[in-house]
Amino acid sequence: MIRLVDVCKSFGEKEVLHHINLTIEDGETLAIIGGSGSGKSTLLRLLIGLIRPTAGEIWIGNQEITQLSEKELDKVRLHMGMVFQYSALFDSMSVGDNVAFGLREHTKLPETEIQRIVAEKLHLVGLDNAAQRMPSELSGGMKKRVSLARAIAFGPDIIFYDEPSSGLDPLMTAKIDELILHTQQSLDVTSVVVTHDMVSACRIADRIAMVHEGRIIALDTVENIKHSQDERVRAFFRTVAIDREAQG
Amino acid sequence: MGKGMVRLLKLLELVGAFVLRRLDNLGTIVLLYRDTMRELGHKPRWRHILAQMSHLGVDSLLIVSLTLLFTGVVMTLQTADILIRFGAQGTIGGIISIAIGRELGPVLVGVVCAGRVGAAITAEISTMKVTEQIDALRVMAVSPVNYLIVPRMIACMIVVPILTVFGDIIGVIGGWFVAVYYNGISSYLFMNSIHKFTEVFDITGGVIKAVFFGNVIAVLGCYYGLHSPDGAEGVGRATTKTVVSSIIVIFILNAVLTFILY
Repeated sequence: MIRLVDVCKSFGEKEVLHHINLTIEDGETLAIIGGSGSGKSTLLRLLIGLIRPTAGEIWIGNQEITQLSEKELDKVRLHMGMVFQYSALFDSMSVGDNVAFGLREHTKLPETEIQRIVAEKLHLVGLDNAAQRMPSELSGGMKKRVSLARAIAFGPDIIFYDEPSSGLDPLMTAKIDELILHTQQSLDVTSVVVTHDMVSACRIADRIAMVHEGRIIALDTVENIKHSQDERVRAFFRTVAIDREAQG
Repeated sequence: MGKGMVRLLKLLELVGAFVLRRLDNLGTIVLLYRDTMRELGHKPRWRHILAQMSHLGVDSLLIVSLTLLFTGVVMTLQTADILIRFGAQGTIGGIISIAIGRELGPVLVGVVCAGRVGAAITAEISTMKVTEQIDALRVMAVSPVNYLIVPRMIACMIVVPILTVFGDIIGVIGGWFVAVYYNGISSYLFMNSIHKFTEVFDITGGVIKAVFFGNVIAVLGCYYGLHSPDGAEGVGRATTKTVVSSIIVIFILNAVLTFILY
């Protein structure tokens, strides 16, 4: 379980997140939505310990992570995986080496076993023959899938997704959504997805949290969020609807 | 409060902010240095170190050779005539080898490496930062200091001294060529002068300086890479800062080390 208690985050004078309280159950998929600059990416970076909160507590399982040293935090991170907005693949390594990276760093598995796991994870994301290719040879959607394969290679309990559909066409977005759902079902992981894509959020999430001006203004199941009476939530839905109409 | 007073206060505020920013930078560099030293105790990543040595060192051989070759040539051109006029042609080889071994070799190799190696380190690390690869390392519980900085620091501390010795030899060869084929000094006289006047410490002292210069280039290159502003412009600015800061620190450090060593 992930739990945030009264979490605040400021950058200098500017308070980006105000008193966030949030609980994410084991095995749940939570989508965090919100407009640009709403603080949703900051929230994700706090959850994974890339930045520290100004105040409040963040619990990952039974561990409160805000006071941990970087070394202690690394032990917690071994149970996490992350799919980055721009994939963040190591461009000096092949796809196979990217996926194998965590295994080589943190385990003493024989190379044959590592190669078996790499092949299995690449198969899971539909990239069977890509192990020898370099990241620069891949399309945006393929990079995202490799990023997902890398995130699940170490067998995490929690997977964080930062804007998984950003920069992808609708077909590839649907494919990535399917992969997220499939990963969730096959590995039984807790998933936290930060996105501004309402369609994706509705497709993959059990619950949706909407962040607006650094506050969670709505947190509910997909159905309830769709019928929310909060004007700010409705406005966000309307904007998405207009965008979709404009896209034809 | 008068207008003059307000202006004075504003000026003081600006100076204070500037000093605080610089102190903040210095503090961050010291902390990075401390973290790097701590990580040095862990098992070294020899594969990475060798790759960095090849990438940073071997690729700098040509530019180091050209720099020191022409420095040796010009130094001999400038000094040989005067020394011959005073009948001191028997000291040319020694003067060239001592000047290159103690000062010109390590300093010029340091400056060349600041431009070539330091800039490459910053560009690579800042690009990794902009493309979230540094965050990816942290998320995968791998310390960027251990994975990126330590191998580069060790590589630079090995490669810059090696390049210095190589540059010393090339510089002396440049001097010998001019002395023999332009100034008409015998090759024996030139070599004998080197034997007579140059001591081992003239070379090893320069090598010790080069170890420190390599360290400075790696730490500053990594620091500006890790703290570069986002975007292509940020990468460019960080690279420039690395080169300028490294050259300034190398000159200051050279003066300090010369006081201590000689």
